[in-house]
Amino acid sequence: MSTQPDLLYSEEEEALRAAVRDLLADHCDAPGVIARTESDAPHDLAAWKALADGMGLAGLLVPEERGGQGATHREAAVVLEELGRAVAPVPYLTSAVVATEALLGCETDGGLLAELASGRKIGALAVALNVGPGGAYRVVRHEDGALHGELTAVADAAVADVLLVPADDGGLYAVDADAVTLTPQVSLDLTRPLATVTLDGAPGRLLGDAEPAVRRALRAGAGLLASEQLGLADWTLTETVRHLKDRKQFNRPVGGFQALKHRLAQLWLEVVNLRAAARNAADALATGEDADVAVAVGQAYAAPVAVHAAEEALQLHGGIGMTWEHPVHLYLKRAKADSIAYGTAGAHREALAELVDLRAP
Amino acid sequence: MIDAAELRRRTAELLAAHPPATTDRLDFLRARFDAGLAWVHYPEGLGGLGAPRSLQVVVDAELEAAGAPDNDPRRIGIGLGMAAPTILKYGTEEQKRRYLRPLWTGEEVWCQLFSEPGAGSDLAALGTRAVREGDDWVVNGQKVWTSSAHLARWAILIARTDPDVPKHAGITYFLCDMTDPGIEVRPLRQITGEAEFNEVFISDVRIPDSRRLGEVGDGWRVAQTTLNNERVAIGGMRLPREGGMIGPVSTTWRERPGLRTHDLHQRLLKLWVDAEVARLTGERLRQQLVAGQPGPEGAGMKLAFARLNQEISGLEVELRGEEGLLYDDWTMRRPELVDFTGRDAGYRYLRSKGNSIEGGTSEVLLNIVAERVLGLPSEPRTDKDVAWKDLSR
Repeated sequence: MSTQPDLLYSEEEEALRAAVRDLLADHCDAPGVIARTESDAPHDLAAWKALADGMGLAGLLVPEERGGQGATHREAAVVLEELGRAVAPVPYLTSAVVATEALLGCETDGGLLAELASGRKIGALAVALNVGPGGAYRVVRHEDGALHGELTAVADAAVADVLLVPADDGGLYAVDADAVTLTPQVSLDLTRPLATVTLDGAPGRLLGDAEPAVRRALRAGAGLLASEQLGLADWTLTETVRHLKDRKQFNRPVGGFQALKHRLAQLWLEVVNLRAAARNAADALATGEDADVAVAVGQAYAAPVAVHAAEEALQLHGGIGMTWEHPVHLYLKRAKADSIAYGTAGAHREALAELVDLRAP
Repeated sequence: MIDAAELRRRTAELLAAHPPATTDRLDFLRARFDAGLAWVHYPEGLGGLGAPRSLQVVVDAELEAAGAPDNDPRRIGIGLGMAAPTILKYGTEEQKRRYLRPLWTGEEVWCQLFSEPGAGSDLAALGTRAVREGDDWVVNGQKVWTSSAHLARWAILIARTDPDVPKHAGITYFLCDMTDPGIEVRPLRQITGEAEFNEVFISDVRIPDSRRLGEVGDGWRVAQTTLNNERVAIGGMRLPREGGMIGPVSTTWRERPGLRTHDLHQRLLKLWVDAEVARLTGERLRQQLVAGQPGPEGAGMKLAFARLNQEISGLEVELRGEEGLLYDDWTMRRPELVDFTGRDAGYRYLRSKGNSIEGGTSEVLLNIVAERVLGLPSEPRTDKDVAWKDLSR
């Protein structure tokens, strides 16, 4: 590699982080998020409006001349770190990253890009959340100018205004949510719920070839998901350390016991590593240099660390961690679902075997 | 004000007065020291010019381009990295003038007499005794894990001068003459077959009080300077992708498909990812230092590399199958330098076992991270207010 990636945060990025954290402190407190998960509206559309409309963050990846902010994946990654810290139930990764990247990868966006960038519309790529970059995905039938079929496990589809649907003719189609049937699926991750999309002769507007658009979208999704996982792991570590300094058993703070200190120190080390891996993936997506390897390394490392952090947080909180009332379960569910989203760690390692020429027997 | 241009000017002057092609190596090194270009951040008269440390690279680059000899820093690492900063901070003017010049030129090699058989992680419990007799201190005891002792002219030594106070308070720091007849150096053979280190037996060694460094009883504080510099010296280098131990095993994997199994493939890919991420973490740390925002991340680097070196070399032995059952050479040797990549996988596997012990065990480093970075409570201590002589051992 000729140049080194920039793995730090700029002053502007730190300012962006502070602004998003402030906003989420107002909108997405833990009891509110927990209560919302069992309501009819698990997504927090007020928080989304504040992020997209108020701060213009849905358009970070869109060039200014196409109605966006003209920023890069580095800034979007910082937003995702904060959304991960709050397990915020907003369609940022799915609409402002994945659907947006899919549109950027199409010959035409039919004016949708500007609508997504402004937050006027929410978009969702109608590919199951578990599919990674280069993975096989389901398509619908394109017949007589209309689309037919059923697609499952589409994240945040319930709040989408427009779906980007791959069809059997190789095209990617924009379909209005009003023209399809959206059925919520009971999801492991309460804060990023899935839905089934049923198309029964729905009209679609052809955007371009599905294959490159979907691949590009899933690569960005997998790479920036690492930053969400970083935020999530960072929150669980910080919160667990705080709890263990506070919680007393045997007439001592529990955090003074060496068996637990070593586990937390180990976790800290993993989070430090994850920060470098996630920054590297975001920087590589921004520059386009070495992006395939950086994304695969980032996601192969991030997925198990986020799960480990959430599992340790639950165990080290003891009984309170097992209650519905304490938010740690939201993080565990998000972390576990994230470890499947956009390709498992194993799938990304398999991709690496090709990318860095360490081939299977 | 000494800036890069001024350093270039002075370096050119040095090179003109002492052309490397026609100057004796040692004469050149002495002249470089006297010109203040040895370590530019040291004070004038002591090999430096009081310039910013970051400007050293300017001098080094000019000298390297001119084909000037260096002081073989790997051979005298303990002197340069540990003894020198401690002497600079705590030494008398006389001590600094006497010791720093031959230390830097490599004329006098230094070693470190700190660890003892009974004082490893708990270094402050050390039992080597120094008793005052007139103008001298008479020292008796045993030290261990001393690299370069068999080559050394001098040692930095910590010894117990007062057994009646708590352990941290009764230690004094000395500069010890390794040619004293009371010093016996024995090679300490290790699991690799060779002997990088020594045991040092100290019997009635007389050290004049003028070779005491710092105040009597203040040796623990003085030793912190030495130990902090040891941790600075470990880690911090820039690696390319596959630059560490993952390199040789990846090459073997590519070149010898017949050795591949599915199980090894999964494990190799995991370790490859871990090694790449550790490399990125090191790079991020470096970028933080350059930007003047040092973080606590450095504390974790040694932990990460110890584990990686051990797991990767272990995998490599397994991958080699029948060859993994062999070892290149068990002959007892005394290497001058530690070379992790110059030998076979079996050697790397055995030598890297020391990576989680030397320079602070991984267990102690985890405590340090937990307490100093995460702010968790320290262990309940039973040794803080007890006189050293009353500690259990």
